[in-house]
Amino acid sequence: MWTLIQIELFKIFRRPRTYIAFAAITGLIGIIQFGLKLDGDSYVEFMMRDINSSITVEGKILNGYQVCYIVLQILLVHVPLLIALVAADMISGEANMGTLRLMLTKPISRTRFLLAKFLATVAYTLLLLIWLAVMALFVNMLIFGTDDLFLMKSQYVVLLKENDIFWRYVWAFGFAALAMTTVASLGFLFSLFAENSIGPIVATMSVIIFFTILSTLNIPIFNAIKPFLFTTHMIGWKEFFDIRVNEANEAIVGSIQNPDRILRSAIVLVVHIVGFVTAAIWMFRKKDILS
Amino acid sequence: MFRSISYFLVVVAGSLSLTVQAQDMTGLISKVKAKLDQVNDYEADGRMKTDVAFIKAPVGKVKVYYKKPNKFRLKKDGGISLLPRGGVSVNMNSIIATADFIALAAGEASVGGTKTKVVKLLPANESNDIVLTTMYIDEANLLVRKAVTTTKENGTYEIEMSYGQFSNYGLPDKVVFSFNTKDYKLPKGITLEFDDTEKELTEAEKIRNKKGRVEISYSNYVVNKGVPDSVFK
Repeated sequence: MWTLIQIELFKIFRRPRTYIAFAAITGLIGIIQFGLKLDGDSYVEFMMRDINSSITVEGKILNGYQVCYIVLQILLVHVPLLIALVAADMISGEANMGTLRLMLTKPISRTRFLLAKFLATVAYTLLLLIWLAVMALFVNMLIFGTDDLFLMKSQYVVLLKENDIFWRYVWAFGFAALAMTTVASLGFLFSLFAENSIGPIVATMSVIIFFTILSTLNIPIFNAIKPFLFTTHMIGWKEFFDIRVNEANEAIVGSIQNPDRILRSAIVLVVHIVGFVTAAIWMFRKKDILS
Repeated sequence: MFRSISYFLVVVAGSLSLTVQAQDMTGLISKVKAKLDQVNDYEADGRMKTDVAFIKAPVGKVKVYYKKPNKFRLKKDGGISLLPRGGVSVNMNSIIATADFIALAAGEASVGGTKTKVVKLLPANESNDIVLTTMYIDEANLLVRKAVTTTKENGTYEIEMSYGQFSNYGLPDKVVFSFNTKDYKLPKGITLEFDDTEKELTEAEKIRNKKGRVEISYSNYVVNKGVPDSVFK
């Protein structure tokens, strides 16, 4: 199995398309870092204009942790599109090149073949997230330094102490890995249905965009279906940055406001991953491979 | 004619009595000011708790600096601090340091079980940010127990003080600032929150949300040992 995964990883990283995502993440984060380094104060002023009418916030608001949160908030909605580029190409790419039928002549079961391809996709997804973590967290910590994290939510603001932040990012990236794997498994499933890569890539992107828009719209009629959309649960990483307060309204350092919500979202995502991969295996085993 | 003269005399007597009372209060304020004047500068450690309905913040350590006549600075030992807009810098030394004021008596009241004189302080200088300060002064100990200050820029603040070890300098052990806050709300589209668990607030909660408190408990006062000006920059 490991040899199969290595072969698949070799194929993934031999394609120039694979590096588009890494370059895009580097470029986008670089631009955000450049902009915030040069004119971060204006951004902070704009961000704080609502709260500043009654509260004065003093300190180094724009620090590495803050910039990382801004980057993740922007990018984790778009990274799925980059993952789709590779995941939705895994089977359809082989079919397009005419190598799928040839590969299946080898004495390997279809299930193992598909699982190796899926695990290679997951490895690519994780590498992309690690790169995102390096660029968004560690590089920003170097450029902007570290301090407390001040977050503005829709109904309240949260202040996290500097020594209570890093572990939250570790868990947040772990959760993001689960969310991105869900996208990878969806793209992987779609790649079974076409003999060229464009269709599955566009289909995966369309589903993500469509679901994300539905998740964002705050219209009562859509609120009923939101819990069933995996895109709603993909932003569960943000829950790690919400803190519980005691009866005296003091934030409890090291606590999470809604751990049950994180668990529920994680379960929903795992169920989606298992569902998509199982469906892919089931279909692939029955599929008449002609290309 | 006789009745008119009587009315005139009553009004004049009343005015004179008010003036006498106002003069008395100026005397009391001067005594309090003299007590506070023993302090040329101080620095102290503090434990700050921010209690505002829409803020989730842990208790933080702060350092407070004061230098005559009205330099005041609250610094957090690293990290970000959330303070009522303009409010924390309003301290007793700064208010009393204002030489030009009119002090009017406004009766007596009890603050935390201590009998106090209520004094209305009106700054004579119109350019002063403080419009009116109502002080609740413990006459026996010459300590300001509570002050309600209305400012032009930053609304009304209530400052309640409790004293301990440094009461002989007029320096409090604990200060509670109460202030009005404005509603806080951001669209979920901006904060990218997809959940619809937002609950409607009751009227009581809405009223509570409009009040904020910052509580600072002081310790380790260092009085009259010199504070560099660079601290206040």
